[in-house]
Amino acid sequence: MSDQDDIILSELNDEELVEQMFDDLYDGLKEEIEEGVEILLERGWTPYRVLTEALVGGMTVVGRDFRDGILFVPEVLLAANAMKGGMAILKPLLAETGAPRVGKMVIGTVKGDIHDIGKNLVSMMMEGAGFEVVDLGINNAVEKYLEALETEKPDILGMSALLTTTMPYMKTVIDTMVEQGIRDDYIVLVGGAPLNEEFGRAIGADAYCRDAAVAVDTAKAFVARKHNQMNA
Amino acid sequence: MVRDMTNALSRLLETRDWLMADGATGTNLFNMGLSSGDAPEMWNVEHPEKIKALYAGAVDAGSDLFLTNSFGGNASRLKLHGAEGRVRELNRIAAELGREVADAAGRPVIVAGSVGPTGEIMAPMGSLTHELAVEMFHEQAEGLKEGGADVLWVETISAVEEYKAAAEAAKLAGMAWCGTMSFDTAGRTMMGITSADLAKVIDKLDHPPLAFGANCGVGAADLLRTVLGFAATGSQTPIIAKGNAGIPKYHDGHIHYDGTPSLMGDYAVLARDCGATIIGGCCGTTPEHLRAMKEALETRPRGDRPTLDEIASKLGGFSSASDGTDGDGPERRKSRRRG
Repeated sequence: MSDQDDIILSELNDEELVEQMFDDLYDGLKEEIEEGVEILLERGWTPYRVLTEALVGGMTVVGRDFRDGILFVPEVLLAANAMKGGMAILKPLLAETGAPRVGKMVIGTVKGDIHDIGKNLVSMMMEGAGFEVVDLGINNAVEKYLEALETEKPDILGMSALLTTTMPYMKTVIDTMVEQGIRDDYIVLVGGAPLNEEFGRAIGADAYCRDAAVAVDTAKAFVARKHNQMNA
Repeated sequence: MVRDMTNALSRLLETRDWLMADGATGTNLFNMGLSSGDAPEMWNVEHPEKIKALYAGAVDAGSDLFLTNSFGGNASRLKLHGAEGRVRELNRIAAELGREVADAAGRPVIVAGSVGPTGEIMAPMGSLTHELAVEMFHEQAEGLKEGGADVLWVETISAVEEYKAAAEAAKLAGMAWCGTMSFDTAGRTMMGITSADLAKVIDKLDHPPLAFGANCGVGAADLLRTVLGFAATGSQTPIIAKGNAGIPKYHDGHIHYDGTPSLMGDYAVLARDCGATIIGGCCGTTPEHLRAMKEALETRPRGDRPTLDEIASKLGGFSSASDGTDGDGPERRKSRRRG
């Protein structure tokens, strides 16, 4: 803390500034992140480069330490909040410059379940990684998911459940997708504290993601595979 | 701490050096036909005979204490089902049904009023204020008290703020309480709380719990590592162990936890050796598991405090190398501002 006032972001070169922004995201410092984003833009960085190299790069570090049990939900929420500050500046610019989109995801907590902490983290990290995310919120019945798949046409459907009493509902949704012949049109990712890999497979999901960082990696891998298949 | 001897659980704890709690609520209700996504609490009114059968399942298997079907019975959770106006009623009935079953047992059986988390993140990180959380828990506590619960049983909490709000609600309701957290993330709660942290928290509360501990989480082995963490603090408050019967698997359209009754028998005895006084199961723990646990607790001698290796060899390995209490965990990134 002692040298907190000694760091003047505008005096750092690009490389040092990005490194400092990694620190500031890690520490959840929103104003510092906003300032860093503005400085990089002023220096002629494209919005897409600021997003990927500074923000996504920084959130990758946060995600890795979350996965490894070094950071926990409060720290990640703070980091995500800081990232959101930077994103708010970049979003309109990204829309103008037509930056590439990695993919699109519809996500929601299943019926009967109110828990959205993990789901929100996934949303934020996915956005941070360049995905477009449509968040359906909590307590989603199967009809709600299907409607969103039809209107949003995402690459990925993400479902979350924190309770043993609600996790089987994911299977209800997947079974309905199978019945309607649309299961294979989407990548289905599931997550939540009581789940595990075997459970994810057994209910017919493409993958179980143990945390938000894993969700981002898994989503990227599946979307890349899907694109390769389409181009083959 | 001066123990309030007017309470049935305090009296039982004075005469016994271990008590067996119950097993699962949610997963056992599934086996009785509850649909995923529906509110278990509605069954207190719609299927009271099934709820009594759930309670009786634990009592008949030898439980000294069971939890009421009110885990999601706070306004925040019931709102999902349009039942936020029925908090008092659903909790009262959950406890009344429990009272009936406990009083017919022919031996002292404690009715513990289950109070689960609100599902919201508390301020300043989230939007739920301390005052509002206390109010919600208090409303639920009054219902459980009215229905005759002996104690409040706060469970599956992940944030210290929420644990404290529940403590305050118990005080407002004039009820004794017990409180457990769920240590499901690298040996800590989702919010990063270690076993040692929780032990410290309860020592500072002005309405401390009669017993504290861990429930749910990952598997039986992880839960016992957490109990060892509580015991290592030297806390004088009785410790609760309520672990899952293994991990969930999906078979033929329903969830099945892979821990056998014999494994849960081993778990129960190990839990006692680790320093737990109130021992039960959580998700996946059926009456059959409870019978095996009771028999093991009654017939096997106490042993020395087990090592982590001994726990792992009997119950399986741990979900993470460290639980944050041994100083061996991975470290935070150093940053220039923080130093």
